[in-house]
Amino acid sequence: MIPQTRLVEVRQNVLKQNDIVARELRQRFHDAGVCVVSLVSSPGSGKTAFLEKTLTMMRPNYHVAALVGDLATDNDAARLARSRAPVRQITTGTLCHLEAAMVRTALVGWELDQLDFLFIENVGNLVCPASYDVGEDLRLVLLSVTEGEDKPLKYPTIFNTSDLAVLTKMDLAEAVEFDIAAAHSNIQRVRPGMPVLRVSSKSGAGMDEWLQFLASARKSRLGHSTVEQAF
Amino acid sequence: MHELSIAMSIVEMAEEESGQRGGARVSAVHLKLGALAGVVKAALLSSYEMACEGTVLQGSRLVIEELPVVAHCPKCLEPRTLDSPQWFICPECKSPISEIVQGRELQVFALELQE
Repeated sequence: MIPQTRLVEVRQNVLKQNDIVARELRQRFHDAGVCVVSLVSSPGSGKTAFLEKTLTMMRPNYHVAALVGDLATDNDAARLARSRAPVRQITTGTLCHLEAAMVRTALVGWELDQLDFLFIENVGNLVCPASYDVGEDLRLVLLSVTEGEDKPLKYPTIFNTSDLAVLTKMDLAEAVEFDIAAAHSNIQRVRPGMPVLRVSSKSGAGMDEWLQFLASARKSRLGHSTVEQAF
Repeated sequence: MHELSIAMSIVEMAEEESGQRGGARVSAVHLKLGALAGVVKAALLSSYEMACEGTVLQGSRLVIEELPVVAHCPKCLEPRTLDSPQWFICPECKSPISEIVQGRELQVFALELQE
C-alpha cells in the first residue's frame, strides 16, 4: 500500500510554554503590586553598573530586588549585592537568554508583595532575549556610546520589543565621538515614539530622570491594578 | 543562537501531534516565521535536521513561510506591509508606524503525515 500524505492543521505557537509561564508570572506580579523591569543589551554595555547605581539610589525610598542572568559566574550578583538589595543570580549554562520558567524558579521563597520593584537583568545578547517574554511590565534596552550608533538597525527586533531605550556611558560620548542624533534617529526608525534616556552610571548624570520615569511607570501601573486602601 | 532549542520545541510539538494520531510518520512541518520573531531561517533549518534525528520526524522537511512585517498606518488607516523591519514607516504616506499586526509569528501551522 502506498502511504497517503495528509495535511493536518496545527496552528500552535512554538514558544507557547514560555508564553503561558510568562502570563502566570505577569499575573502574580500584578497581584503582588510589584513593578517588574527587565534589562537587555549586548555584553559590556553597562547593564550591571547601571543596575547597581539604580538599586543603590532607590533603596532609601523603595523595596527593590534583582535577578541577574549570566552564562557562568556569579560576579554580577556579587557586584549588585553591594547595593544591599536582595539579589539572585540565574546561571543559564549554555543558554543565551532567560526564559520565564527560570525566572519563576529563581523567585521561590521571595515575598513579592513586599517589593515595589523587581529588576531582571537578562544575559548580554541582543538577539535571543527578544523572543522570550519573562513577564515584565517594562523592557529596557541599553545602548552604550562605545557601541555603534547603528545597533538599532542591526538588531531591530530587540529594540522594537522594548519600551524604553537608555544610552549609557554618556561620560565617554565625546571621547568616542558618539553621534547622539544618529543614535536617536535609528532608535526612532525601528521603534517610533520610544522614549530615550541618556545616563552615566559613573557620574550619575541622567539617573534622576530615570528614577522619575520608574516612579511614574509604577504609579500608572498601580492605577490600573489595585485600589489603594484607605485607612 | 537559540535556534536549536526552538527546533527542539518544534520537533516535540510535532511528535505530540503525531502521537495523538497513532504515531504517524511526519514528512513535513509547515512553519510561519515573522520577520520580527528573532529567529534566523538558515540557522533554524540546520538545527532542525539535528533535532529530528532519532524521532518520527527523521528525514522530514521544514517548510518555512516567511512573513514580512505588517503594521497599521495611523494616517492611511490601512494595514501596510513594511519594506524592511529596519524602518517602521508607512511605504505609502511615510508616517511613522508602530501598531504591528503581523511579523512576530513563530507558529507551527500544519503537519504532513504519512498514513
